Amino acid sequence: MYEVVAFYLFSVLIIGLFLVTVMSKNVLYAMTSLAAGMVLISGFFFILGADFLGVVQLIVYVGAIMALYSFAMMFFDATKDIKEKNTSSALVFVLGGLSALVLVLMFAAPIHSDAIQALYPMHEGVGNAQDVGIVLFTKYLVPFEVAAVMLLVAMIAGIILAGKKMDDSLTEDLSADDEILVQKDEK
Amino acid sequence: MIGLSHYLIVSAIIFSIGLVGVLRRRNLLMLFFATEVMLNAVNIAFAAISHYYNDLTGQMFAFFIIAIAASEVAVGLGLLIVLYKKYGSLDLDDLASMKG
Repeated sequence: MYEVVAFYLFSVLIIGLFLVTVMSKNVLYAMTSLAAGMVLISGFFFILGADFLGVVQLIVYVGAIMALYSFAMMFFDATKDIKEKNTSSALVFVLGGLSALVLVLMFAAPIHSDAIQALYPMHEGVGNAQDVGIVLFTKYLVPFEVAAVMLLVAMIAGIILAGKKMDDSLTEDLSADDEILVQKDEK
Repeated sequence: MIGLSHYLIVSAIIFSIGLVGVLRRRNLLMLFFATEVMLNAVNIAFAAISHYYNDLTGQMFAFFIIAIAASEVAVGLGLLIVLYKKYGSLDLDDLASMKG
């Protein structure tokens, strides 16, 4: 009973919040509703018994990714409304809905056949975090390490891209100005 | 009771919201938000399938999706900052330099 109430409450709220994210003209509204939707999605994970995934969702998505977005927001003018030229939104809605439906059908087709079987079954009486840890550090050790290296690469890339010449503007190329001055002098 | 198909339908709805966002928005930051929405929809589907088939593989893939999303955001936001410094705008129509 509680599960039913929680499921419908969460799903309605998540869909509403994500619609605000996608439709809103204001970046701040979009970001806030996206963060709230992600918190509620972690609620889904807790209902589904994936406790560790829910905690990771809260820490990584709501904690880290949203903090990154809000830091990046300092570089952009976030209070200004976004003006966009939208061409025939009805067509976009129909196309988006149809292609999403096709994708979902494609990926859901193997589930409804009986070809699926549990590779790493959950154990009774063992906590979800323990179960996840055992599988993650035995069967998925190599992908886990690769993901760690990927995060390191992404961190270095982010620092280099965002932090390059942080103190002066990238748009004003001073060496180009010098060259122009030299050319004027030669004339 | 809530079954697997309930979760899959919610996931499909959220995924289509994200896809409509990707098709509709012209601002790069909003495109990133729509991508996050799509990734979250897939995560819901993975967690639900993992629960109803009593299998941990779905949760594993959801973890890796979260890691990929985190690194995508780190690199992508760095690129957005560079673009914004260079062009002063994040609008895709302004950034389009090839005419065709």
